[in-house]
Amino acid sequence: MIIGLDVGGTHTDAVLLSSKGVEKQVKVPTDVSDLFNTVLSGLTGLLKDISPHEIKRIVLSTTLTTNAVVQKKVDPVGIIVSSGPGIDPEFFRTDDNYYPVSGSIDHRGREREPVNEMEIISAGKKLADAGVDYIGAIGKFSTRNPSHEIQIKEILKDKFKKIFMGHQVSGNLNFPRRIATTHLNAAVYSMHKSFFNAVEKSLKEKGLNVPIQILKADGGTMNLESSMEFPGQTILSGPAASVMGSIAYAPEKKDTVVFDIGGTTTDISIFINKVPLLEPVGIQRGKYKSLIRSLKTYSKGLGGDSRVKVVDDNLMIGPERMGPAMAFGGKVPTPTDAMVVLGIMDQGDKKMAMQGIDAIAEELGVSTMKAAKNIFHQACSMILTEAFEMVDHINHKPVYTVHEFLQGYKIKPEKILLLGGPARYCAGEIEDLSGIETQVVPCSSVANAIGAAAARTTCEVSLLVDTEQGFAVSPEENFKASVPKDYSEEDVRKTALSLLKTKAIESGSDPDNIEVETIEFQKFNIVRNFVPKGKIFKTKIQVMPGLIRRFHNICGQSSGKDNIKGEKKK
Amino acid sequence: MLKAKNRTGLVFFPAFDWAIDPTHPEREERLLYTQDQVTEEGVFDIDGIEEYKPDLITIDDIRRVHFCVPDEESVTTQSHLIGAGGATAIARAVMKKEIKNGFALVRPPGHHAMRVVHGGRGFCHINMEAVMVEYLRDNFDVKKVAIVDTDCHHGDGTNDIYWHDPDTLFISMHQDGRTLYPGSGFPEELGGPNAKGSNINIPLPPGTSTEGYLYVVRNTVLPILEEFKPDLIINSAGQDNHYTDPLTNMKFSAQGYSELTTLLKPDIAVLEGGYSIEGALPYVNLGIILAMAGIDYSRVVEPDYDPEKLKQSDFVTEKIKKVSDLVNRYFAQRQELREKAGKHGQLQERHREIFYDTDNIFERQKERVRICRECSGTVVIDSSASPGLHVLAVHIPRNACKDCIEIGYQAFETAAGKEKFKKVFLQDRSKGIYKVKSR
Repeated sequence: MIIGLDVGGTHTDAVLLSSKGVEKQVKVPTDVSDLFNTVLSGLTGLLKDISPHEIKRIVLSTTLTTNAVVQKKVDPVGIIVSSGPGIDPEFFRTDDNYYPVSGSIDHRGREREPVNEMEIISAGKKLADAGVDYIGAIGKFSTRNPSHEIQIKEILKDKFKKIFMGHQVSGNLNFPRRIATTHLNAAVYSMHKSFFNAVEKSLKEKGLNVPIQILKADGGTMNLESSMEFPGQTILSGPAASVMGSIAYAPEKKDTVVFDIGGTTTDISIFINKVPLLEPVGIQRGKYKSLIRSLKTYSKGLGGDSRVKVVDDNLMIGPERMGPAMAFGGKVPTPTDAMVVLGIMDQGDKKMAMQGIDAIAEELGVSTMKAAKNIFHQACSMILTEAFEMVDHINHKPVYTVHEFLQGYKIKPEKILLLGGPARYCAGEIEDLSGIETQVVPCSSVANAIGAAAARTTCEVSLLVDTEQGFAVSPEENFKASVPKDYSEEDVRKTALSLLKTKAIESGSDPDNIEVETIEFQKFNIVRNFVPKGKIFKTKIQVMPGLIRRFHNICGQSSGKDNIKGEKKK
Repeated sequence: MLKAKNRTGLVFFPAFDWAIDPTHPEREERLLYTQDQVTEEGVFDIDGIEEYKPDLITIDDIRRVHFCVPDEESVTTQSHLIGAGGATAIARAVMKKEIKNGFALVRPPGHHAMRVVHGGRGFCHINMEAVMVEYLRDNFDVKKVAIVDTDCHHGDGTNDIYWHDPDTLFISMHQDGRTLYPGSGFPEELGGPNAKGSNINIPLPPGTSTEGYLYVVRNTVLPILEEFKPDLIINSAGQDNHYTDPLTNMKFSAQGYSELTTLLKPDIAVLEGGYSIEGALPYVNLGIILAMAGIDYSRVVEPDYDPEKLKQSDFVTEKIKKVSDLVNRYFAQRQELREKAGKHGQLQERHREIFYDTDNIFERQKERVRICRECSGTVVIDSSASPGLHVLAVHIPRNACKDCIEIGYQAFETAAGKEKFKKVFLQDRSKGIYKVKSR
């Protein structure tokens, strides 16, 4: 049996899954000030009367990192960057503890200017004097040649508790994001480490010795050991958990849109043939942009508890939430109140809901029922508009080859899946408005925990081969090898695959269940003065996000008390 | 937080799967290092920089500009259609005010493609700027356009297409034609009788450095633009005047390009040539993007940049001043020159021999234009290519007067009856008609 636990903003869900389905589920309130006890009480509840030996896998998805960042409760971090020519690195300053130093590596990984040891020692001294324990060393093009970052680490290793190097966070090019991501890893490291060590210790005390897996933003997992180098990857795993929990209902060979409708926001994501779409470079939330692999999700400030008001005779829904719906003791009218008034939702205080919608109706000069209908209709169509804009945006993504341009795959959603509290009430309206088959994900209240439990271990490897310079390099994997001039496409693919397999197994993958996908493969002839000098190969391959074998259809099977299958729309 | 002062659009289409042939300068690898640099710098993340997807232009888009012989499919590949589509996508976004300005980083280039196309010349088949300008004229309220060609080679294709059009100001600054392909672009080449002075050619001596380029921009290009008052400024942003370019002999730099862009303030820039793919393009393209977006570019400097080595000699400085002044004088006399060129209604003929180096084709042209005081004048081109076809092509301009239209149709009908022309083309821009008669 396997366990999945997802810490949400208000509730924490935990499930115990067997190959038959959900054996047990537990919901406990989330205590934001004490996540450790939240996690522990969830697991304790789940493990009651269960022999620890039966548990083969535990996956945790927490808001630890997200909360720490939001509440600014992170460690101070020192950053040393070596940028060379280009955009002034001052633009990427994190805070006072930021020191640009000399040194330059070019686009082909060649050193153009060495780093200056005295300069680094001096920056290190200033950082140590400022009381910083964790630092990041980031170089431009360090994913092509990490030697400057390694030198900085060597020079300063005795002065700090841990030094994070930019080339390890991702094989992707993007210097500003590399700085931000390295900074995040360093900032949450100590908290992440003490939290999960404590969780591991308590689980061991309960007799549970299986390695803990942690859910990442890309909907995959990594083991505790891997997470110590990249704790930032655990940020925003919550939305990923829900998405993974709905995979079983996504049809094969078709495109699906998933809406996770919450109280404050609706998260939108997309499956193509049961595989969730990933951000091409990394997580971005507003101005924050990183190299953290993540599912492509779009969050719209519109949920069941969004505030409804009238502005210039027009209905405005969201983005702010002022508390619960009036039907549940809130102070301002919400889409939930509209659903209560319309009788779509048979819960809450209908009188209070009426009162709220009445006020809106009066301002609009229409009947209460008409106002409720308009609110409900508008909320559903706003969510749909958002989703189609997202699809449109993805379909207009630029491509870089003639072949991609001409073959350009266009996403065309043929199914909508709904998750979250208000989901079951909106399904009919959403189906009518969109004309697309719409289904509420059964047991959607614990889909997040199910998604976490059954999520596959994922990872990605980038490999650059330059036969003119005679090397194959994947700095994030600490890999560099000499290659002969005739190194072939086949050799490149083999090397990348072996790097990926090693990484996947180290991160906790089942060696027999690694589904590999090539994200990028490019080949260039290097020609100088009309003479071929060699080839450049660039490839990126990944273990796709998905569910582990034996559990890939878990939601489709019913077990235990929860009615998992029958809960269809309306 | 990095924010662009100007909202700037980019189309990046490196055509990573297209080459003229594997070792040709115009090959897959050309924009690889530029892509690496621009991606590593996080350019697409900058607030205010928008990446656009190129269009795929259609045959009708090409037919506003070119006569393709024997037809469009035979002389173009998909990459040409997408490259030119990069330019139209940016242009549309500028016209719709989604962006303040934009840069199409596309390949292959286009500025050597003339009105009649029998094949590839100077790695060009389709003139991207002309396709874009005529697309704009048909779809938006655009009349007067200035195209400033800063590629190191004379933009002879664009020059040819707009030779008779007084509403399109074409300025090319390039390495002296006596020392570089295509061998043309001298100050006396001022345009046809109806458009004298709307074609400006500024040949620069080998060894011209950043100082010389910026001098010409300040002393000649900007004053002429000021006087012409275009609705749009387009920059054919070739980057082969760089000091590391393998095909040319100039001393321009990334800082120089950035400053030139800041001075010129193009609405749309389109990448043309540039074959120092590692030493120049990554830095020059980055500099141009930052300059267009109004972001500090002071640290965009090539790793091997040495201003001492890139100084221009006094001899070169003197030559540049002379040519700059000469061009200014010609421009000031443009009305006079047009009047002197001939009388209304006269036909003027020029004979040319055009070599298509890329496809090894030799073309002889006899071009006849009607001198007209009411419009840009109908142009009739008798063109025979070897290997290739003997054709006749009639171009009736957008603003054509009644007489010019009539003459154009007459020429088309007459030629259609003649055995010697394998194909006869009619491009009536006044009505948007394109006709082909084959035999």
